[in-house]
Amino acid sequence: MGAKVVTITSGKGGVGKTTTTANLGVSLARLGKKVIVIDADIGLRNLDVIMGLENRIVYDLVDVIEGRSKLRQAMIKHKQFPDLYLIPAAQTRDKMAVSPTDMIQVADKLREEFQFILIDSPAGIERGFRNAVAPADEILVVTNPEVSAIRDADRIIGLIEAENKGPGKLIINRIKQGMVKKGEMLSANDITDILGIKIIGIVPEDEYVIPASNSGVPVTLNPNSRAGIAFTNIARRLTGEDIPLMDLEDNGGIFNRIARLFGGGSGGT
Amino acid sequence: MASFFDRMFGRNREGSSATAKDRLRFVLQYDRINIPPEKMEEMKREILEVISKYVAIDREKVDIALEQRDRDHSKIVAEIPFAKDRVLQIGATPDENNDETQSENEAGNAELDEVTQEDSE
Repeated sequence: MGAKVVTITSGKGGVGKTTTTANLGVSLARLGKKVIVIDADIGLRNLDVIMGLENRIVYDLVDVIEGRSKLRQAMIKHKQFPDLYLIPAAQTRDKMAVSPTDMIQVADKLREEFQFILIDSPAGIERGFRNAVAPADEILVVTNPEVSAIRDADRIIGLIEAENKGPGKLIINRIKQGMVKKGEMLSANDITDILGIKIIGIVPEDEYVIPASNSGVPVTLNPNSRAGIAFTNIARRLTGEDIPLMDLEDNGGIFNRIARLFGGGSGGT
Repeated sequence: MASFFDRMFGRNREGSSATAKDRLRFVLQYDRINIPPEKMEEMKREILEVISKYVAIDREKVDIALEQRDRDHSKIVAEIPFAKDRVLQIGATPDENNDETQSENEAGNAELDEVTQEDSE
């Protein structure tokens, strides 16, 4: 059969690639899939911390590529999900330590054993990005509803199309539905109009996200978190399930809108 | 009235997100074409030079811009008004037909992909 290699990228930094990768990894494992996540951000290791695996690192991706360790030695098994593994990034400053061919070779070695290989891309459009997308079967572009993030996402979309790896699928992260309704934040429809690619998920701004990374427990494991639910839905869509996009209005419907018009009803998110 | 329906069925369309959408659309057109601004200026200058060889143009009123419907459909749209004084036509000789043609042209605008010249013969 062989794994599906999914790269999570964005262009802009800080939009939520690592959080997304960690949570998709955990969600897919919870759905019973065998998953490995790879931190491809050479020099700026982060996926380990978000997943709570930072104190288990012995070998990393560059050790494997340069032959100092076998692939298996660099694979960290998650305690809670035995079918979820992580290959951490190196903390070396040499971005040229990894090439696109190296990444393809690593992915090919993993394809038989796993169902999903998730690659956390670094920000930017240089070598690190090219490394991360080289082995991809599918690319997810993460953006925020904010002008510079969208502009950078557009650039990335152009680059992946130029490499014949398009079209990507869009994840809109950190949407605040209240601001969208007031016309102060771009809506998911606005963004998909502008960027011209399909949405695979919309993740709302959520106060549970930071405490989750504080504790090293990905937010998708928190049943109270709407962001967590959104990540689970994206994972399910990746497996082929057809889940409708989340209704971000938790008190939607026309009667509530009328009530709000006349001053009643509870506010949206 | 419009704002009542906006509030009922949608969002406030006068907020900053509408501005953001317009600005992004504009900026992305140029980003996607991938012609650096200096090259764009060069291209505009050269286009005007070529047209000027055939007709005198009113440089102040020239507008050359990119239009883009989506990532795969871009075009250059140019408005290049002729100058108000006599139009220079290559091989033109002053006679009655010519005068008629020239006053038509004085009132006209040229599209970038068509420069119509009526044969004065």
